[in-house]
Amino acid sequence: MHLSIHYTTAYHYEDPPRRIVQLLRVTPASFAGQSVLDWRIDVDCDAKLREHQDGYGNIVQMLYIDRPMSSLAVSVAGRVLTEDRAGIIQGLPHDLPPGVFIRPTPLTAPGPAIDRLARWTTRRAGPVLDKLHALATRLHSEFQFDTQATAVDTTAEQACDAGHGVCQDFAHVMIATVRRIGLPARYVSGHLFRRDGALVQEAGHAWAEAWIEDLGWTAFDPVNGICTDDAYVRVASGLDYRDAAPVAGARAGGGAEELKVEVRVDRAMRQAQAQSQN
Amino acid sequence: MVAAGAFDELWGASRNRAPRAGFEALAAWLRDLPPAELDRRQQAAEAAFRSLGITFAVYGDEQAAERIIPFDIIPRIFTSGEWAALAAGLEQRVRAINAFLDDVYGERRILADGAIPADIVLGNAQYCAPCAGMRPPHGIHAHICGIDMVRTGPDDFWVLEDNARTPSGVSYMLENREAMLRLCPELFELLDVEPVDSYPELLRDTLHSVAPARAKGAVCVLLTPGHHNSAYYEHSFLADNMGIELVEGSDLEVDDDIVWMRTIDGPVRVDVIYRRIDDAFLDPLFFRPDSLLGVPGLLAAYLAGNVTLVNAPGTGIADDKAIYSYMPEIVRYYTGEEPKLRNVETWRCRERDALRYTLDHLEELVVKPVDGSGGYGMLVGPTAPRADLERFRAMLKAEPHRYIAQPTLALSTVPTFTERGVAPRHVDFRPFVLTGADGFRIVPGGLTRVALREGSLVVNSSQGGGTKDSFILSPTPQGG
Repeated sequence: MHLSIHYTTAYHYEDPPRRIVQLLRVTPASFAGQSVLDWRIDVDCDAKLREHQDGYGNIVQMLYIDRPMSSLAVSVAGRVLTEDRAGIIQGLPHDLPPGVFIRPTPLTAPGPAIDRLARWTTRRAGPVLDKLHALATRLHSEFQFDTQATAVDTTAEQACDAGHGVCQDFAHVMIATVRRIGLPARYVSGHLFRRDGALVQEAGHAWAEAWIEDLGWTAFDPVNGICTDDAYVRVASGLDYRDAAPVAGARAGGGAEELKVEVRVDRAMRQAQAQSQN
Repeated sequence: MVAAGAFDELWGASRNRAPRAGFEALAAWLRDLPPAELDRRQQAAEAAFRSLGITFAVYGDEQAAERIIPFDIIPRIFTSGEWAALAAGLEQRVRAINAFLDDVYGERRILADGAIPADIVLGNAQYCAPCAGMRPPHGIHAHICGIDMVRTGPDDFWVLEDNARTPSGVSYMLENREAMLRLCPELFELLDVEPVDSYPELLRDTLHSVAPARAKGAVCVLLTPGHHNSAYYEHSFLADNMGIELVEGSDLEVDDDIVWMRTIDGPVRVDVIYRRIDDAFLDPLFFRPDSLLGVPGLLAAYLAGNVTLVNAPGTGIADDKAIYSYMPEIVRYYTGEEPKLRNVETWRCRERDALRYTLDHLEELVVKPVDGSGGYGMLVGPTAPRADLERFRAMLKAEPHRYIAQPTLALSTVPTFTERGVAPRHVDFRPFVLTGADGFRIVPGGLTRVALREGSLVVNSSQGGGTKDSFILSPTPQGG
């Protein structure tokens, strides 16, 4: 699929902070089945951007603003060509050995609820791939998607016990469960083209990748109960949300902050047509 | 009970009859010093440390949030020959530690070659995944290592633990010497003791040597978590003695991947940060988001090669106790030499046979959590109450991978001032090894910790240990 992504983050500050430092993981890499055609980051004020690559292979941009601003808008836009590879991830330009992704983190430490889900998953019939499909399907059908129920620091165990959350929680529950049964798993943040026509979304998407011996990294989206396909754009990965979150920010001073995020994922062709009709 | 069979560093096996060769002067000093005078000097030392404000916050002890670490005025002595052998071994070990760190965050050859199991490195919580692929300036990761050694006989030195994160205690080495020079000046007439007071200078030279390449005059700072930290005294002491700024996270800013120190004269660019805060708190954007101790963007400045962090993030993988058990393999792998310093035999409870052995011999062994430090959460089998043995038995069965076990070593003893006169007490030793772009620097000395309770083998200050001065004798004795 030829996808076009517009991702804007707008901040409004009650009192302008003296300075702002942000870490952005918003730039996807190309690999087998995902070609980044063009990509750019625009900031609506005088800012310095510095690009790095972290140990996971994520492209990390540091954003520095060293004078008081009452508002800030960061807009990320680009086009990506995707293929349906049944969730199998190959050809990442930089990657760590799967053995890194076996340990629990504070956000993904298992408790009784994850233990139960892990035991249930182990008991499913068939090879590992089938068991993980069963897990993703179960999360999709039994977990409530609820944007009000959890917070950014909700753990996998808490979300699993409560049975609800946002994509971050679904991903954490899946990762914690897969690690509990002894397989490497990691958190992925990215974008999803919604075939149901919801072109504008309030946030990016997140899912999980599990390491299966004969297949390698295989991506599951427990929110939708499927392996990722050509509607998915993979941006960043890590042990959990904290390693792969699109934005982490700090500011010196300043009062309350108002944040508005808008993600628009569309087919590039359709958008080009729509623009030409305007 | 252990002391009875232990090697005494002054008396050897002679049971107070004849001192070991080279220790006659100390024995005579100890014999001739009237007990009342020894007592007076001991009191004076304690008063001096109290007035200096060298205190140590004890975790888990709300009654005494801060107290001084007891200082014992009877020194511990190494002959020049003993020290030369130790120093050569320390250099070899630290060279291997740095090569290991450079490898596991780089090509991971040692794992590919199967010299040690990959999972104990990669699956380790101390493996700093975001830092993988990053080579710190000059390729040095662990600039400051404190290697904990114990001794069981005249020639039997063992490494008990490698401290490659932010080892502390060096200020005690320096303050203990100050106290000894003041209280027992005659000892320095009797013995030709190597000075240790150059340590701050050696550390400053090391910091300067590892600065990122830039115009001359690197700016080094010491980053402390603040005055609530148990080692704050040491932070301010070292910064003072090196003539560098002592800063907290809020004094630093990162702009455009460059670290700046806020001063009343305006921002000053920082090249080297001797940081005494843990990895997890360094940068709230990359690590713990709730950290108020660190500096947002600090890791980016490091990734950009614009600042040197001393020690580099991720060095904890080298002092993990599971990794420790493979140090002989690690030394051989990177140096091509046989290890000069021995490791204590270690049972990795993650291995089934080792776990069975540990459970069968719990009363004889010391059990430690792989990720612990400071003597917290460890079991000393021979002296443990039955309830503790049972508690550890259950914990070992539940989470065997979290523990290692070692034999209970008969640590050497040194005469120590006690309420009932001079008596042998068990000691360990932490020398400090500095690695700069221009080579190793090891000050002839270290921190001797002493278990003040009779028979106790736990020397950690958090567990009721004290300290002693450590004399390294010069190669050419005076009046030879």
